[in-house]
Amino acid sequence: MDIPYLTSLVIFLPTLGALLTLFLREASSIRWTALVTTTLTFVLSIGLFVGYDPSVSTAIAPQLADVSSAWFPDTLDIKYFVGVDGLSLLLIMLTTLLGPIVVLSSWTYITEKQKGYYALLLLLQTGITGVFTSFDLFLFYIFFELTLIPMYFIIGIWGGKNRIYAAVKFVIYTLVGSLLMLVAILFLGYEAGAAVNNGVFTTDWYKLLEYNIPIATQSWLFALFAFSFAIKVPLFPLHTWLPDAHVQAPTGGSVILAGVLLKMGTYGLLRFCLPFFPNAAQSGALLIGILAVIGIIYGALIARVQDDAKSLVAYSSVSHLGFVVLGLFAFTTEAMQGAVIQMVNHGLSTGALFLLVGMLYERRHTRLMDDYGGLAASVPVLTTLMVFSVLASAGMPGLNGFVGEFMILLGSFKSTVLDSTALVVFATTGVILAAVYLLHMVYRTFFGELDDEANADMADVNGRELLLMAPLVVLMFVMGFFPNPFLRQTEPTTEFLLEKIEEKRTAALEQAEPSEETAQLPAAPPEVEEVTIEVDKLELER
Amino acid sequence: MDLANAYAALVADLPAVFSMGIAALVGLVMIGLDSFRNNHPAIPWMGVGALAVGAVWEVFHLGAPQTTAFFETIRTGGFAAFINLIILLTGLATILLSNPYLSRLKRDYGEVYALIMYSTVGMLLLGAANDMISIFLGLETMSVCLYVLTGLVREDEGAVESALKYFLLGAFATGFFLYGIALMYGATGTLTLPAMAQAELATPTSQLLFWGGLALFLVGFFFKVSAAPFHMWTPDVYQGAPTPLTGYMSTASKAAAFAALILVLFYAVPGGEANTVLAVIAVITMVVGNVMALSQRNVKRLLAYSSIAHAGYVLVGLAAGSSAGYSGALFYLLVYSFMNIGAFGVMGLLEWDEKQGRKQTLDSLAGVGMQRPLLGSTMGIFMFSLIGFPPLGGFIGKYLVFAPAVDAGLTWLVVIGVLMSALSAYYYLRVVYVFWMQSPEDVEAEGYTEAALPQATPAALGTLVVCAVALLVLGVFFGGVIETTSAFFDATAMATAP
Repeated sequence: MDIPYLTSLVIFLPTLGALLTLFLREASSIRWTALVTTTLTFVLSIGLFVGYDPSVSTAIAPQLADVSSAWFPDTLDIKYFVGVDGLSLLLIMLTTLLGPIVVLSSWTYITEKQKGYYALLLLLQTGITGVFTSFDLFLFYIFFELTLIPMYFIIGIWGGKNRIYAAVKFVIYTLVGSLLMLVAILFLGYEAGAAVNNGVFTTDWYKLLEYNIPIATQSWLFALFAFSFAIKVPLFPLHTWLPDAHVQAPTGGSVILAGVLLKMGTYGLLRFCLPFFPNAAQSGALLIGILAVIGIIYGALIARVQDDAKSLVAYSSVSHLGFVVLGLFAFTTEAMQGAVIQMVNHGLSTGALFLLVGMLYERRHTRLMDDYGGLAASVPVLTTLMVFSVLASAGMPGLNGFVGEFMILLGSFKSTVLDSTALVVFATTGVILAAVYLLHMVYRTFFGELDDEANADMADVNGRELLLMAPLVVLMFVMGFFPNPFLRQTEPTTEFLLEKIEEKRTAALEQAEPSEETAQLPAAPPEVEEVTIEVDKLELER
Repeated sequence: MDLANAYAALVADLPAVFSMGIAALVGLVMIGLDSFRNNHPAIPWMGVGALAVGAVWEVFHLGAPQTTAFFETIRTGGFAAFINLIILLTGLATILLSNPYLSRLKRDYGEVYALIMYSTVGMLLLGAANDMISIFLGLETMSVCLYVLTGLVREDEGAVESALKYFLLGAFATGFFLYGIALMYGATGTLTLPAMAQAELATPTSQLLFWGGLALFLVGFFFKVSAAPFHMWTPDVYQGAPTPLTGYMSTASKAAAFAALILVLFYAVPGGEANTVLAVIAVITMVVGNVMALSQRNVKRLLAYSSIAHAGYVLVGLAAGSSAGYSGALFYLLVYSFMNIGAFGVMGLLEWDEKQGRKQTLDSLAGVGMQRPLLGSTMGIFMFSLIGFPPLGGFIGKYLVFAPAVDAGLTWLVVIGVLMSALSAYYYLRVVYVFWMQSPEDVEAEGYTEAALPQATPAALGTLVVCAVALLVLGVFFGGVIETTSAFFDATAMATAP
């Protein structure tokens, strides 16, 4: 079945739902509208999964693309350009899947100002889906920023006690990075426009991919882009906003934040940083790899000493996303595919952990692990779900987390760019540490003595909660046992990207000839001159 | 000048000043009506009608070819029409927003609206000026009316102080301005802007006169657009003036002054010799405005510093010195007018102290968004747009002034600009969270109570909604506006102007 404008529909259907909720009065009808919209969006996005054909190359254009250049005047080559390729497909699916799950998880959790909450949630989904589908850098930037406003309100209005601090911190951190990235986008757009687009400013992903940026320019453009995405990931030491935001956010907000919002950072690194600036990325790979491994170990150690179950899960995100970043900067097919799959896995398992912690909080209004203990006796189903999610998150073979982490470690070990066995060895300890803090959490919360009466009377999961957990748990199994259907979708694009990176890297090195030596030094004076000449040329042309 | 045909030429040129004429005439009728029936309720609506007719007229002249009228003293067509449109729309919004505010203060005199009309006339002249004398006339007509409007609440010491301060400093700046004009005239022998561009500065003396004159002239402009370090008057004046009129001052008068500045830069210094000065002033303005705004607890002072900062962003576009920069600045002025008039409008509708209308601290506004969702959500949109969040107009505006600067090799300037925008998020978000995320109990201050909240008129609320919707629309469908503004600076379009 061919649905026209399917990709755009998946992006903007939630916005329509958000507009619809504004005209509704009753809380229950608002909830149902949100649920129906997100479910419908998910069903439509299955069309993307089916419609995407991995055997068709995405080297020239994405699949299921919607393009319109009527948006900007002809003097600027900025387009509405969305589509799907192997990098984005799974993340889009994850976003649309989490949509109805988050709505269901908020069903009774959010009791005040429901209209605003669900409208913002739907708007947020549009922003995130837009980020993953954009093939125009400018459009990507708009969606990237668009996600900030709803999240700011979701944390700030429905969050915990310190919500305003956390919300403002979240916005300012991200904004500093993304605005600096905007400068880089503008610069890149003019440079690329002059080189490959007849002097017209361009932000088209494919056109930018054609442009071989001089090595000297690459290093600072890469720095600005990577800084912005590293804040979002978050990469150590830029992670401090994350625990605040997670702990203060309502459950639904946390699930979205951990599940998909953080992936915008790793996705941005993969989509833009690596292919646009291959030389700079490879020379910076070791540094970023080291930061990622520090993040893996540091996040795990801090998670171990948390008393609050939610901040434990939050720090586990810092640790897990370190793996993803490590995988990206290994520049091998296995590691890159592992990183893509690990993004999805982390979304499923951490999303599930946040949902379960949220369920506990809804029942007892505390997240301190000391207040629980022995819950296995009173809430066996919830305990089972929790154990599954924890094992998936800790990377037990047979569940999804294992696949991604294994591929990343394998790929990084083989990597000639990182070229450091020690780094991989240290990263591997993160897997062990994950088991330590997660199992410790399960032990303190669900096993041991059931000494609190309030815990003994706790209600087990109800039908709604079971319904929303079911898809996550099923997917954890499916992706753990049969990762191939998913890997197959990502493989061609990953391979294409790596080939392109290698091709561009050599081309940039050749450009830097004849002085072979200066090419090694990123900020060598001759190249700086080269750039200024081009700017002058631009002015002359005008 | 052919005096034999002068009369016929003057009549033929009348359509060029249609908006100015109708605003001035209706202003006159207002005063006439007011002298027979004191404070007649129809007076504001007459103003609304006149400005609306003028605005519609200007919309149809956006695409008109650019020429001059009245012996090259006034410009007509695209550029002038665009600036006039901004001024007329802002004036329209000001009257609609002032009406409930002034009647709450028992200050809705007929003369107030007449003064608004005449300051609008001054701005229209300033925006359309093609020679130095028109610029000066427009600037003075506008300023004198604004001095009076600032001190409207006579019993309030703060208002009187700010009016006096505004007047004294404004007069001082006018002195600089006039002296600059005199020197430039001495150097070039002409007052018409395009002719000035062609004048030859043969001797070192004439060069000295010209550049010295331009420097003084720019000082006068920087004062009017409140660019640092000539911004000192802004916070005090903005705080003391009646709130909706503050909005008017911060938007329309800036738009007009910037329009004249753009023309002067375009013609008098086509080589971009002033770009470095503009860039430096832009940096100082952005830094001072944003940093000072961080610590403000009074919303009007906060918005005053924010308007200083925004003058800095516009100057970034001017510093680029390219057509794209100038047209980006025009777009910026349009969106800036919408968001600032809206922000001051919301504040005007929330000031509830019967006697003075002076409750403007952030603490007193805690939780007001929940009680007044419409005011709260429009204020949210204005704040996010002022930060420059997509998909709102403020983002596109910032993009359009920053991109040409990058193109012109001023990347360092843009880096400072975006860092300052990130900084600005802190204080704008503070307004948003005070409105939506706090309640009066959180801040332990006397907050709004349901009963104390003043009633807003439907017209005022409608104005705010229109401003907010305009920002959303300009943030997504801006292509047409960009095409219009960039067509103004087309080499041929400007060259055909005699």
